[in-house]
Amino acid sequence: MKVIHELCDICGTCVAVCPVDAISVSEFIVEIDNNICTNCLNCLKVCPAKAIEEGE
Amino acid sequence: MIKDRYDVVVIGAGPAGSVAARYAAENGASVLMLERDREPGIPVRCAEGVSHNGIAPFIDIDKRWIASQIDIAMLTSPNGESALMHNNGIGYVLERRIFDTALCELAAKHGAQLVTKANALDLIKENDKIIGVKYRYMGKTREVKCDIVIAADGTESRVGRWAGIKTAVALRDIDTCVQYTLAGLDIKKDTCEFYFGNEVSPGGYIWIFPKSDSTANVGIGISGHLSHEKGPREYLDKFVAQKFPNATITYTVYGGVPTAATLEEIVKDNIMLVGDAARQVNPITGGGVVQGMIAASIAGKVAAEAIKKGRFDAKFLKKYRKEWDKTLGNTQKIMHSMKEKFLFMTDERFNNLVNFCKKIPSDKFSLKALFTEAVKGDPKLMLDVAKSFVVSKIKLK
Repeated sequence: MKVIHELCDICGTCVAVCPVDAISVSEFIVEIDNNICTNCLNCLKVCPAKAIEEGE
Repeated sequence: MIKDRYDVVVIGAGPAGSVAARYAAENGASVLMLERDREPGIPVRCAEGVSHNGIAPFIDIDKRWIASQIDIAMLTSPNGESALMHNNGIGYVLERRIFDTALCELAAKHGAQLVTKANALDLIKENDKIIGVKYRYMGKTREVKCDIVIAADGTESRVGRWAGIKTAVALRDIDTCVQYTLAGLDIKKDTCEFYFGNEVSPGGYIWIFPKSDSTANVGIGISGHLSHEKGPREYLDKFVAQKFPNATITYTVYGGVPTAATLEEIVKDNIMLVGDAARQVNPITGGGVVQGMIAASIAGKVAAEAIKKGRFDAKFLKKYRKEWDKTLGNTQKIMHSMKEKFLFMTDERFNNLVNFCKKIPSDKFSLKALFTEAVKGDPKLMLDVAKSFVVSKIKLK
């Protein structure tokens, strides 16, 4: 999965629904570790800013 | 100066974090709070509505952090009918930015120490035992040792995960939210408005929380399992274009609100989870400030007691869990099953519900009456509602 940083508000809603702890969030950036990600699409579905898309 | 060791390290300085820090410090523990952002309370990801009775036990009411006082709640059904509720007690719309800082100041007054721009990176473990926190501060990775970690790191919590706790919530148990602060409105400063309906806000609601007679937080939360095709912003934009076509958006913020029951596990050896991180949010209203503070006050006291007794094991810390369940945790569980009911309510049912509300004189109105009507025809839930209103009395020392 890929974060579109231009749209991302760093709210962390994606982290709450990630079943495998693939997403990290700091003050400035949300990052998805595609080595851990299982492509369940939970993050994409709930992102209120529509800032996540498929792909690496 | 930041020391290398504290009795308790609290991660996150929102209302839950600072209340936990305050109660731990007040009862004799040395406490460090780590806050990721440059100041507590920002960015504000909150509709900012609270009840007077909810916050009064924790802090003296100060007009510096109150934008408006709320006396009336207005519920609007899908067909546009509205019902007014008058007698739910005083509410406030807060200035969270100032409120959160005030709570931190209170924690500091009781001896807790705060560091901002300190981003927790991981838990430090020794033979699987949590012995501290690794964090990033001023361009350097640092370590602080402690006996107890209190994780108050919000919806986006990862600290619990680092401790091996399952914190992920199901899509239907998270509300995906957008909020605008709007200016140039002509509204009633003392009235909070709520709009329901599957076309308006599927599985959630739209709120208008006035901050003055011309400004308001106007936001939406929709259920995570219904947000794939159309996101919350599309619903909110439609609403705002109809209702406030000439408003100016002065602030836009996104966020997620857990609407689950409290996590199965909120305590492990050397760690406790509080607030949004523990999913201690009212699953029907989405309100988390007061619930988080109540939980945190219990956790803070238990932490201090644990330090005094030298007991940091889960068995001892479970006192927090027990006390929480007795205070609000069990009620939250009931609210969660009621939320399921709301989640699949038809527009017709919403219309009937508001119609029912309209028939009750507004000064006789109560949430209990509303919920009882909402779950009519489901005897088990009706009993649960009755129970939930008996047990939700909160005692604080």
